Amino acid sequence: MSTSPSSTPDRALLQGGEPVRAAQPLPAEWRDFFALTKPRVMTLVIFTAICGLLAAPGSIHPILGFTAVLAIAMGAGGSAVLNQWWEADLDAGMKRTANRPLPGGRLHRDDARDFGLFLSAASLVLMGLAIGWLAAALLLAAIIYYAVIYTMWLKPRTPQNIVIGGGAGAFPPLIGWVAVTGEVTAMPVLLFAIIFMWTPPHFWALALFVKTDYAKVGIPMLPVVAGERTTRNHIWVYTLLLAPFTVAPWVIGGTSWIYGTTAVALSLLFIALALPVARRDAVMGAGDPMLEEIRLFKFSIVYLFVLFAALVADRVLEAQGLIGPGILAGGIA
Amino acid sequence: MTPEEEAELKRRQKSRNLVLAGTLIFFVVLFYLITIARLGSQ
Repeated sequence: MSTSPSSTPDRALLQGGEPVRAAQPLPAEWRDFFALTKPRVMTLVIFTAICGLLAAPGSIHPILGFTAVLAIAMGAGGSAVLNQWWEADLDAGMKRTANRPLPGGRLHRDDARDFGLFLSAASLVLMGLAIGWLAAALLLAAIIYYAVIYTMWLKPRTPQNIVIGGGAGAFPPLIGWVAVTGEVTAMPVLLFAIIFMWTPPHFWALALFVKTDYAKVGIPMLPVVAGERTTRNHIWVYTLLLAPFTVAPWVIGGTSWIYGTTAVALSLLFIALALPVARRDAVMGAGDPMLEEIRLFKFSIVYLFVLFAALVADRVLEAQGLIGPGILAGGIA
Repeated sequence: MTPEEEAELKRRQKSRNLVLAGTLIFFVVLFYLITIARLGSQ
């Protein structure tokens, strides 16, 4: 199995060896181009980018703030398109992804590549001209990280792919923050680290109760390669590693007690829900309803939304003078 | 190409053109507003 474009003599050849353009003479619908940008994934990208933007010290003109979020969304969309362009053969072999625009034959593969490259380039130009070139450089790093390092290089090679891939989703709040401040400091790096450490337990909890076809197409996902026991151990370790990063913005004095107490409470809950998952030995498909795993996965989503919402609430209330810094923050800052 | 295919082709072309035109107008307005915002902050 290879994910390289050279694995097929003609990039237009997909399932059955029929050229897509010959089988589909009509131009693609604009909705198929839009679907390539993974709009549902983009909602989390936009949410965390807005949170980074609002939580940053200082202010940004609303039009420029909107433009920064738009550029981040375009960059995320562009890299998602390039991801699907590269993985069209793999997507065709998996039930969950077989009906995407490319494996579904509704869009020509070269058109997807050109669209992805254009969207990525346009996002960088927009960010650079309207906001600043540091934010644009970080956006470029995020696009390369997801489309090249994760999709093309690591995903087909290592079961730790999701750990490293988590970095791609961790960029938006960092870029949002830098769009306001113009510099990379400890706080936005911590926001990056939080999402980076959050991704493995979030994804692996899902992998424990949803059967995927990754093994069928040769992608080495941890539960398939190392087994469910190892996956549960990894969930536990990453949950414990996540907690100090979550609390760190408060400890270093970057936030007040509102974020601090929320972070501590969420971390304790995450650990409490991850513990039974780590201790169990239930196997998918063996009659177990996997309730603990489902609960942990659902909570991990709530966890991230509430944590970032608390970060923004903290900043807004502090900016209006309604709250002061917390005890720890006050002692250290 | 059958008449049905031709009608479908025109429908798709029209919808793509409309989306493209809307996107272009959006960015023209956005760049105007960005210019005003950046000039205002200097």
